[in-house]
Amino acid sequence: MVDNSTSQVIHLDHVRKQYGSFTAVEDANFTIGRGEFFAMLGPSGCGKTTTLKMIAGFEQPTSGSVFLEGVDVSTVPPYKRNVNTVFQQYALFPHMSVADNIAFGPRSKKLSESEVKKRVGDMLDVVRLAEFADRRPSQLSGGQQQRVALARALVNYPSALLLDEPLAALDLKLREAMQIELKRIQREVEITFVFVTHDQGEALTMSDRIAVMSQGVVEQIGTPVDIYKKPESLFVAGFIGSANLLPSTVSQFDAAGGTVVLNGGGTVTVGRDNVASDVTWATGEEVTIMLRPEHLHVTVERPAGDALQAEVTDVVFQGSAVRLVLQLDNGTEVTAIVGGDADLPFLRPGAAVWLSWLATSPYVLDGWPDLAGATTTNLESIEAAL
Amino acid sequence: MVSVVSAGKKWGKSLSSRPENVGLGVMLGLGVGAVALAAQWVKGPSAMLVAIAMLAMVVGLIYTAFAGGLEARKSLAPYGLLKPGMIWLCLFFLAPLWAMVVMSLSSKAGRFDFFPDFTWNFENYRIALTKFRPQFIRSFSYAGIATMLTIVIGYPLAYFIAFRGGKYRNILLGLVVIPFFTSYLIRTLAWNNILADEGPVVSLINKLHISGVFESLDIMQNGKLMNTPAAVIGGLTYNFLPFMVLPIYVSLEKIDVRLVDAAMDLYSSASQAFRKVVLPLSLPGLFAGSLLVFIPAAGDFVNAQFLGNPQTTMIGNSIQDQFLRQLNYPVASAMSFVLMIIITIIVLIYTKFMGTEDLA
Repeated sequence: MVDNSTSQVIHLDHVRKQYGSFTAVEDANFTIGRGEFFAMLGPSGCGKTTTLKMIAGFEQPTSGSVFLEGVDVSTVPPYKRNVNTVFQQYALFPHMSVADNIAFGPRSKKLSESEVKKRVGDMLDVVRLAEFADRRPSQLSGGQQQRVALARALVNYPSALLLDEPLAALDLKLREAMQIELKRIQREVEITFVFVTHDQGEALTMSDRIAVMSQGVVEQIGTPVDIYKKPESLFVAGFIGSANLLPSTVSQFDAAGGTVVLNGGGTVTVGRDNVASDVTWATGEEVTIMLRPEHLHVTVERPAGDALQAEVTDVVFQGSAVRLVLQLDNGTEVTAIVGGDADLPFLRPGAAVWLSWLATSPYVLDGWPDLAGATTTNLESIEAAL
Repeated sequence: MVSVVSAGKKWGKSLSSRPENVGLGVMLGLGVGAVALAAQWVKGPSAMLVAIAMLAMVVGLIYTAFAGGLEARKSLAPYGLLKPGMIWLCLFFLAPLWAMVVMSLSSKAGRFDFFPDFTWNFENYRIALTKFRPQFIRSFSYAGIATMLTIVIGYPLAYFIAFRGGKYRNILLGLVVIPFFTSYLIRTLAWNNILADEGPVVSLINKLHISGVFESLDIMQNGKLMNTPAAVIGGLTYNFLPFMVLPIYVSLEKIDVRLVDAAMDLYSSASQAFRKVVLPLSLPGLFAGSLLVFIPAAGDFVNAQFLGNPQTTMIGNSIQDQFLRQLNYPVASAMSFVLMIIITIIVLIYTKFMGTEDLA
């Protein structure tokens, strides 16, 4: 966390946004540092876009304050805030050339025309669109329009650049190229990027830190690795990547660690590293074991240590990997991923196998998942996780 | 005459291996026939003139088709696709227009001579341009003022409906249009009652003792609202308002509201965003609306007749008078043609300065 006040660009102080009786954002309280690539991630309707709009000035918080560069801007209109937005469908001005689109901000600020020209030229080079300066936006491809939108915002040297699902309109290949491009541009201009997305692969790939949101609440803020490996809530565990969430009960747990018993049978040894640092659990407490599919080892013989017996119910070939759907003895369905090149004897439905894992792999969370959303088996999220 | 028609048909037949060529031949034949028919209404050299022009065209086409070989025939094929439009244009635009031009250069022997002779009589145009000059000037100034008034009233109205109308948009648009389900004449006559000397508007003005203000603005004359230039311009404005509101609404409605957000994000206040983004993007609608109002308003005679006085006569009234009362078709045709040409010139100049390339 960046807390140093000189390096903080955006600070949300207990911000809450209410539309009628619907709470869009509940007590958002975090700080974004200078030069950071910060993602707000969550399913649609989680309040991430509303939060972005409050930073941009298109919405005003119902309570709490938004600070930009240490100044409370909660009631300042967007055109007086030194942040710029890249809109979801780019919102380029169709009646202006690419150069005029980019020059819009500097001209509104009444900069001298020579300064405007210089800045526009520089920015066209940064986004590599110099030869398209005189075109209309409608004559550009989606990826080029995206870069114009980026240039139009960055040319103002804002304190922070806000991006609202900027890659959602692009196809997969272009999206991947633009992810790298965005990262390059961000390093080049050294401006804080605040990036809203529902695509966790995108967030994991590009961000320095991610805020995971759900139903208006910020569930967790952390680095991609922390969020993936040490989710603080069942929602985060299920939403980021794909996870086997196994409801269990604590049989014994103390400062040195302990053991947890799966509901329906099977014991898992849990060390201090497998749980959040501050937890203490009494015997009988309801917890959930998270095991990532790629962390499960599948063998025919029973390995030493913790292991669970399972039966293969489905084999899905995915090119670089094979996804196995298995059923534990207790009936729970789990997913495992094994290398795609392996010609393994158990790669057929009905095979009896053992599942094991490294001692560092499981992560134990409070509470039981609601059964409907117990495991995420989203193909895309698995690919992104790989 | 017959020879031209059959020449067209013959040409069609000679290329009948391709059906679209037959069609093209029929189309040309029909067009020539229609123009010739129209020309028959006036005696004189006009019919021959048409026949010669058409014959030259047909010969040219046949020559291209045969001398140029297959390639040239292929290049003619696209014209076949123009058939329906061309037939329509020939029958309902070119033929009447031609008849009007011919008529405008004819002279009549007596008042009840219904078939004037074509005599290259340019005197008709001299009369149109000198005797009726005041009416021409008045028409264009009234139409110009009415167009500006429809913009002043119509733009905010369209803006409000497009951006603030929400779910009531269609109802509000309906309210703009519904009065126009009544007859044009009835609506105009209704203003007669509203503006009458004993009517509600004049009474209210008198009660408030502000008639002086209106007199000084030349809106009222001698304590009256009726039969003044203001009443005629008001009638024009009222009657043509929807033709301004609807195109502007359409172009405003197409504007992505996020463009305004984007402009405000880029340091423009709401009024700057309007000036730099919304207004330029609504220009095609404004442009189309101006034409839709100005052109018919310039030729209108109903408002001047019912709401005006003899000093507010517009060119439409004069044309109507010449056509229907004086039965002087040649002069009336000359006036119509002059009106058309002046409007065309004004529109061309307007397009040059206001026209946007994406006007569609």
